Amino acid sequence: MPDTLLKEKLQSANPLKIALVGNPNSGKSTLFNALTGLNQRTGNFPGVTVDKKTGYCKAEDPETKRIHTFEVIDLPGTYSLYPKSIDEQVTFDVLFDTERPEYPDIIVAVIDSSNIKRNLLLATQLLDLGRPIVFAFNMMDVAEKKGITVEIEKAKKLFGVPVITIDSRHREGMGDLKNNFFEACSAPAPFITLSDHLDKNYIDSVHRHHQQSSEYASLLKQANGSEKATVTIFNIKPFRKFESRDTLLRFEKIKKIISETLSYHENRQDVKLSDKIDDYTTHPVWGFIIFLTILFFIFQSIFYLAEFPMGWIESGFVWLGQTASAALPQGPLNSLLVDGIIAGLSGVAVFIPQIALLFGFIAVLEDSGYMARVSFIMDKLMRKVGLNGRSVIPLISGVACAVPAIMSTRTISNVKERIITIMITPLMSCSARLPVYTLLISLMVPDDGSNRFFSTKGFMLMALYLIGFIAAIAAALVFKFILKAKERSYFIMELPIYRLPQPKTIFITMFEKVKVFLLDAGKIIVAISVVLWFLSTHAPGNSFENIEKKYSESTLSKQETETKMNAEKLEASYAGLLGKKIEPFIRPLGFDWKIGISLVTSFAAREVFVGTMATIYSAGDKENTSSIREKMSADKNPVTGLKTYSVAVCWSLLIFYAFAMQCMSTLAVVYRETKSWKWPVIQLLYMSALAYLSSFVVYQMLS
Amino acid sequence: MKTLAELKIGESAVIASFTDDTLSLKLIEMGCLPGEMVRLQHVAPLGCPFAIEVSGYLLSMRKSEAATVLVN
Repeated sequence: MPDTLLKEKLQSANPLKIALVGNPNSGKSTLFNALTGLNQRTGNFPGVTVDKKTGYCKAEDPETKRIHTFEVIDLPGTYSLYPKSIDEQVTFDVLFDTERPEYPDIIVAVIDSSNIKRNLLLATQLLDLGRPIVFAFNMMDVAEKKGITVEIEKAKKLFGVPVITIDSRHREGMGDLKNNFFEACSAPAPFITLSDHLDKNYIDSVHRHHQQSSEYASLLKQANGSEKATVTIFNIKPFRKFESRDTLLRFEKIKKIISETLSYHENRQDVKLSDKIDDYTTHPVWGFIIFLTILFFIFQSIFYLAEFPMGWIESGFVWLGQTASAALPQGPLNSLLVDGIIAGLSGVAVFIPQIALLFGFIAVLEDSGYMARVSFIMDKLMRKVGLNGRSVIPLISGVACAVPAIMSTRTISNVKERIITIMITPLMSCSARLPVYTLLISLMVPDDGSNRFFSTKGFMLMALYLIGFIAAIAAALVFKFILKAKERSYFIMELPIYRLPQPKTIFITMFEKVKVFLLDAGKIIVAISVVLWFLSTHAPGNSFENIEKKYSESTLSKQETETKMNAEKLEASYAGLLGKKIEPFIRPLGFDWKIGISLVTSFAAREVFVGTMATIYSAGDKENTSSIREKMSADKNPVTGLKTYSVAVCWSLLIFYAFAMQCMSTLAVVYRETKSWKWPVIQLLYMSALAYLSSFVVYQMLS
Repeated sequence: MKTLAELKIGESAVIASFTDDTLSLKLIEMGCLPGEMVRLQHVAPLGCPFAIEVSGYLLSMRKSEAATVLVN
């Protein structure tokens, strides 16, 4: 019997809300993608950083032939309605808080048919909420290979609600599911009769207070609702004691149902194959070899594949800047648009290839089931320093770029472990540090023309990457002792069987991650770019006019005049003044005001160091590193007459760049991923302090 | 009586009871019911965590977590 209230609601203009609820790995997200396609958006649930995915789908009412739009929400996977993690609490709150805009009209219980017993626990709890529900037995393809078939008619009769079988990976049964949106109804009788196990007066008083859709729902809300106020009104002990009994009672009944509605015949090919693969992937030697090989392949791809589209994006923006600059009249507006906004946008867009590639690979690892094995083999090592098996991927991705790496920490469900991973990832030497490292190393080790495979330069570069890694692990240890854990760290999780990844899932993940980055972090990055542009192109008083006047009668060639003038302008600008202001402060590290200016401008991105140095030393062609190197190498300290870039200064600078948080994009992403300015500020402070102190020690020791 | 943590790879046992209340609720939800047959399938390279086959699927848990499950 379809729900009459639901029929009424269908008449209103607002789309009905459908929540997909199920265990992790039950194919919920594939079902969500199959229903909504690209008609979806990823956001955050208020107050927490749990992905909230909502989308729309259309379905035709088989009775009236009218087409209705439904709003679909993919709730985080949960094993029961007794939440034990933040993800599970979010699902709980959406299902129980009638005030929330996401509060669903219809619940679709997604059940992994190859794992029915465990999945039915949650489904029968949902059934007892007494709200319109549809049971969707998913992953029928795997179940069939295991020799499991569901007798739908019997199941329908037993549960008293619509029951359908689907295969969301192959998009089978979608029409059937949509038809059943209109048939959704609440169960005629609860699965577990509460009054058999709890005091009737107790149930009544709690239910009268919470007025949820059923007595069971009111009790659950009382015991596990997020709102603190509700906790003190009633004694929750009787219900807490009941929780494990409830679970056991349900399993007992489920066992009986399974024997009546399922037919098993032993055929476990997929499981056997999966088991064979696990013999290698969890092997003490092979396990690590396979993991390292996969990692090697991923990071080679990120480094090399991303380079081409990054080049196209950069030259595209250069072209755009030149075109805009030529089309508009010269002046401050032109400069703001070209050197401020377009340059800022370019700085955002240039991350797209790396983000898309990394998340493409992560989606393959997740979707195939291998990611769970990565956590499995790395858990013990990572736990020692307060991290999680899942921290490995972000940490190593940090070698390419901290921005996508930090975005990928969402798979770590423990809050403390996730925060530590976010805090230490930027210490891994990213690709933006590479140009700085290369320039400074070449200042210390002049090119001798030989082209050996093992070179001093290579060892120095490796040492820098190693220093970054060691610092990250040390910082993790410190954070492990400082931060308080709000929840217990578990490793009780399913290792899903291996499956071929679905291209559609991978594509949607890449698309959504890029979109989220552009919309959320992009704004902050462009804003800071404009500020930095202002600082380096404006000067107090009329100092710029004076410089221009001075060079107007210059006898030098046009290009030489330009580079000399730009150098002087930068020195006179706010950024230049700031560089000079901080000189006394950075003197103990061996840095002069010229380096000071570069530190200021580097905040846009570390590699800007090279460009700023080129401007300061009037090296002319910014792309030509050898000319910058010559000028820097020839620079002498005006007081002592010694080389400015001594070994001590170079190492001090290298260490500074290895440790300092000079990346506004990372800070913007940390803000986005932690939902507060607290963490990016702590990160900026601790990394700056670490950089300053380390450089100080290095410089004092070497000079 | 021994714990799940003491099984050898490939060895099966029947769950008897739990020694940790909070963990037991979680384990029961995952299908580790008293009376259920379990089998130690894989052990991670460094001796922890374990992968256990229970009610037709593979469940991983740390050695310390397995030590709270008493088996026959």
